Amino acid sequence: MNSFTYTRAEAVEAAVREKSASGKVKFIAGGTNLLDLMKENVERPTRLIDINRLPLTKIEAAPDGGLRLGALATNADTAWNAEVEKRYPLLSQAILAGASPQLRNMATNGGNLFQRTRCYYFYDLATPCNKREPGSGCSAIGGYNRILGILGTSESCIATHPSDMCVALAALAATVRVTGKNGERVVKFEDFHRLPGDTPQFDNTLQPDEIVTAIDLPAEDFSRHFSYLKLRDRTSYAFALISVAAALQLEGNTIKEGRLALGGVAHKPWRDTTAEALLKGQPATEETFRRVAAKVVEGAKGYGHNTFKIELAKRAIMRALKQATEGMPVADAFQNSNP
Amino acid sequence: MSNTNYIGKALSRVDGPAKVTGAAKYAAEFNVPGLVYGYVVSSPVAKGKITKIDAAEVLALPGVLQVFSHENVPMLALLDRSYKDDVAPGGSPFRPLHDAEIKFSQQPVALVVADTFELARYAASVLKIEYETVAHETDLETKRGEGFEPGTGKTGFVPPPPPRGNPDKEFENAVHRIDQEYVHGTQHHNPMEMFGTTAEYLDGGKLNVYDKTQGALNSQRYIRQIFGLSKDDARVISKYTGGGFGSGLRPQYQLFMAVLAALELKKSVRVSLTRQQMFSFGHRPHTLQTVKLGTNADGSLAALHHHALHETSRFEDYTENVVNWSGMLYQCDNVKLGYQLAKLDVYTPQDMRAPGAATGLFALEVAMDEMAYAAGLDPLEFRLRNYADRDQNLDKPFSSKKLRECYHEGAAKFGWEERNPAPRSMRQGNMLVGYGMATGVWDASQQKAGAKVSLSADGKLTVQSATNEIGTGTYTIMTQVAAEYLGLPLEAVDFQLGDTDFPAAPVQGGSWTAASVGTAVKNACEALGEKLLKLAQQMEGSPLKDAKFEDVEFVNGQLRLRLDPGQAVVVRDIVQASGETKVEADATAMPNLIKQKQYSLHAHNAVFVEVQIDEELGTLHVTRVVNAVAAGRIMNPKTARSQVLGSVVWGLSMALMEETVMDHQFGRYVNHNYAEYHIPVCADIHDIDVLFVEEEDDIVNPLGVKGIGEVGMLGVAAAITNAVYHATGKRIRELPIMIDKLL
Ligand SMILES: Cc1cc2nc3c(=O)[nH]c(=O)nc-3n(C[C@H](O)[C@H](O)[C@H](O)COP(=O)(O)OP(=O)(O)OC[C@H]3O[C@@H](n4cnc5c(N)ncnc54)[C@H](O)[C@@H]3O)c2cc1C
Ligand code: SF4
Repeated sequence: MNSFTYTRAEAVEAAVREKSASGKVKFIAGGTNLLDLMKENVERPTRLIDINRLPLTKIEAAPDGGLRLGALATNADTAWNAEVEKRYPLLSQAILAGASPQLRNMATNGGNLFQRTRCYYFYDLATPCNKREPGSGCSAIGGYNRILGILGTSESCIATHPSDMCVALAALAATVRVTGKNGERVVKFEDFHRLPGDTPQFDNTLQPDEIVTAIDLPAEDFSRHFSYLKLRDRTSYAFALISVAAALQLEGNTIKEGRLALGGVAHKPWRDTTAEALLKGQPATEETFRRVAAKVVEGAKGYGHNTFKIELAKRAIMRALKQATEGMPVADAFQNSNP
Repeated sequence: MSNTNYIGKALSRVDGPAKVTGAAKYAAEFNVPGLVYGYVVSSPVAKGKITKIDAAEVLALPGVLQVFSHENVPMLALLDRSYKDDVAPGGSPFRPLHDAEIKFSQQPVALVVADTFELARYAASVLKIEYETVAHETDLETKRGEGFEPGTGKTGFVPPPPPRGNPDKEFENAVHRIDQEYVHGTQHHNPMEMFGTTAEYLDGGKLNVYDKTQGALNSQRYIRQIFGLSKDDARVISKYTGGGFGSGLRPQYQLFMAVLAALELKKSVRVSLTRQQMFSFGHRPHTLQTVKLGTNADGSLAALHHHALHETSRFEDYTENVVNWSGMLYQCDNVKLGYQLAKLDVYTPQDMRAPGAATGLFALEVAMDEMAYAAGLDPLEFRLRNYADRDQNLDKPFSSKKLRECYHEGAAKFGWEERNPAPRSMRQGNMLVGYGMATGVWDASQQKAGAKVSLSADGKLTVQSATNEIGTGTYTIMTQVAAEYLGLPLEAVDFQLGDTDFPAAPVQGGSWTAASVGTAVKNACEALGEKLLKLAQQMEGSPLKDAKFEDVEFVNGQLRLRLDPGQAVVVRDIVQASGETKVEADATAMPNLIKQKQYSLHAHNAVFVEVQIDEELGTLHVTRVVNAVAAGRIMNPKTARSQVLGSVVWGLSMALMEETVMDHQFGRYVNHNYAEYHIPVCADIHDIDVLFVEEEDDIVNPLGVKGIGEVGMLGVAAAITNAVYHATGKRIRELPIMIDKLL
């Protein structure tokens, strides 16, 4: 049998220590991604450290007036947390647009950051994949890539990060709190995940000995004008083809501050600060949104099956910004239906 | 049979409680003592051969019992014939673990057997197998113009009739013409329950085989032929099937594997497939179709051409009736139908819910919509103008056909007359609204089937037949039939199925089970009834002494005179008085071919749908469906409605989601799991209204049923496609209709 040892960490320091031990060591939180990957033989850890007992389940005020989300708070508890719903409804919406209630009950905030790509080939050991087996080649570039990336792709990998939650976190300029052997550090959300380059085996910048302890949301208020728009192949229980997290601060019809991040397009949640700059001080009109949308997809590259995403991304950005402006987070009764 | 107690009543499933409490056991849930586990190793390559299998390392793992492959499989049956099951198409069936040749990606190449499932799975993952590959062909698009006409190897396959009239000339002369291509990709059945077999090894080397199948007898014949077993050596049991949709019509390779391992190791063995492996066998084939229609100035069809080309494997010629429907659904004197196959390096396709019709009617019914627009007619009106009162393929009248009523009642219920025919003319908020409709037709068939009934002295009736329950309601319907004919309460009837020791019945498919097994149960009950009358007449002071069978009836647990119900005997007392512990009878029911031969026997339906589309974002919702079905007598409106609801979801799924995508680089399906092979979730399903237009038909079979398991899905995919056109002005001719096609 695919043998592995299983231990339970009772303290963060112990978890970090054990993580640096030899062998292929993995933390397990909700297990909703890791166990699937183990069954498919994509991940074959020799040691599992269960971190569910760590005291990281709280959602509490952060020192700077923001909100701190414990790494082990579940996605469900986070989405339905009264503070999150009130102050960061964009995040609630994004979480609820993902997976299913059963999965969200198990999935943790920390685990959500680490979920791996849904690229078909990554899951199928019969096909080459640079992310799974560096140097073996990328099957998707010349293969079926309908669900894969159009921005920040490389010649080695065009995978996307599949998370919904992370798209909202990117738009909200969250930070990730990480503890390692050398103590704690804080990582800006856009620096947490990475682009594939020629090392697509690395999804993020976490070091082997580190653990995520919390995600901090800044105090800024985007609770009135926001939208999480997720486009997918069925109404629920499907990953995003394109998703857009849009958040605005408006003064009359003038945009004081605008945030924009996309899911389903890149190896990381795609926040575009250059495009955001085009929102600042502009009227919240179709014209502005069109310019911003064009900016976001400026460097986009299609690979055949997924080329439609470039146009779809533009339209989705415009719609999400319009909805955010109108204070109407979802477009119609069918979108983001969250059973 | 107008006054019934049970038949025609909306009753809940008799097997419902067992299913929701978990008491219902499926093939891979029989935990027989000493069970060991097999795990199948699947080929990563599409074509070539195995050059080396190195099992030494795996065999050295404690707990691994054996690795079966072509290298060590014992001598089995030699002839192709022995590997043919009841629904095998023409050709040479795939033989698992037969030789080194790889014929398709995911071909099973080895079975690892171990003490635990986890160990077997692990061992399978590290088993070293080397392959030599050769170039494969998996793309049907490259086979255009290279099709061939298949032989009639497969039961139920009817080659298209020869052309009638002057189809080419009349098409050229027609006032309005359309000529288009329609495509859908490969689809896999994906029943919830994965294929699994538990082969229980009994003293003396006999086997009890718990198999996931749509035909226990089919499975039994298959393993008997291959392994040279007698009927007594291998009993096949299949009490519940977690969905089939045609995938269980042929024995799948895990059955072979489990039996092989059990016989060789002399142990009880279970082999169950993974979800990924559920994509390693039969499927609805990728099909390319062309339809040409021509109409006269009055909207009557002047000419109809329909041609289909679909994939099959290198080794078998899978066939289904794709184009024939086009020659009988509408009145048209000039018809040309063509049907061809192309061989690819894939597994043989397999019947999948409404095989052939689901494909052919999608093309025909979209073409009919296109033609209605070309001719400036309402799509419903266009169909009514070309209504066929006679089956022109067979040149026979229909035994019954209430399709016209389906059109009218369906349209009324749906509100079709509110439709503004112009595309893009209807809106709701910022959504475009489209109304579309289409027609369905399916065979009403009956097969030979047997049943046995046994009434015990405590008044309990046991009914047995080797048919299967695939979730369609067979347990319930047969219980109703028996209770009806012997006047017993439902609770007194125990209908048993899925056991090769029971009287023979055909595989559960083709929507023929209610007709076939239902008639057998009825006949058996009547035979028992006659016996009971004779016994009743021997009772002291019997009030039925001089009665003939026609004079009596079974009602409320009594046998009584029709004209003088006071003259009665309690049925239970008859058994008791007979001195026996039970009274038994059996019967076989055959279709009355002499009567049926003069008619065309079909069920029909008309489907109306509303879609709402956000054009900018390409999102689509099927907000309303009305499905009006004429399928003879409805035995149980509740189970029948369930069948049609499920069918509508199937049709919607085919229209909007389902496609197994082949990566031709590898000749391998890429989305072979439930996360990426999409079927609808609850949030995709809105209002579905099912309407039955009952038909009285004593020609199809004595019960007057036509079967309801398949017809309901027909028309759905086309109606949705047509509604999309009405909403957006975009004519889509390739399924599934996903976001990218709507942008
Ligand atoms: C069928 C299905 C559908 C889904 N659909 C969606 C969807 O639509 N949208 C969406 O966003 N998500 C979706 N998900 C993904 C789901 O959100 C993730 O699986 C989940 O968030 C992972 O959390 P977990 O706690 O279960 O992680 P685990 O599986 O326990 O862990 C995942 C990885 O994270 C690492 N890890 C976990 N916690 C930490 C930590 N604190 N520090 C460092 N490393 C850590 C683990 O070592 C592991 O490598 C879906 C999942 C499934 C199975
Ligand atoms: S896109 Fe990335 S994950 Fe997918 S096959 Fe290529 S390398 Fe692997």
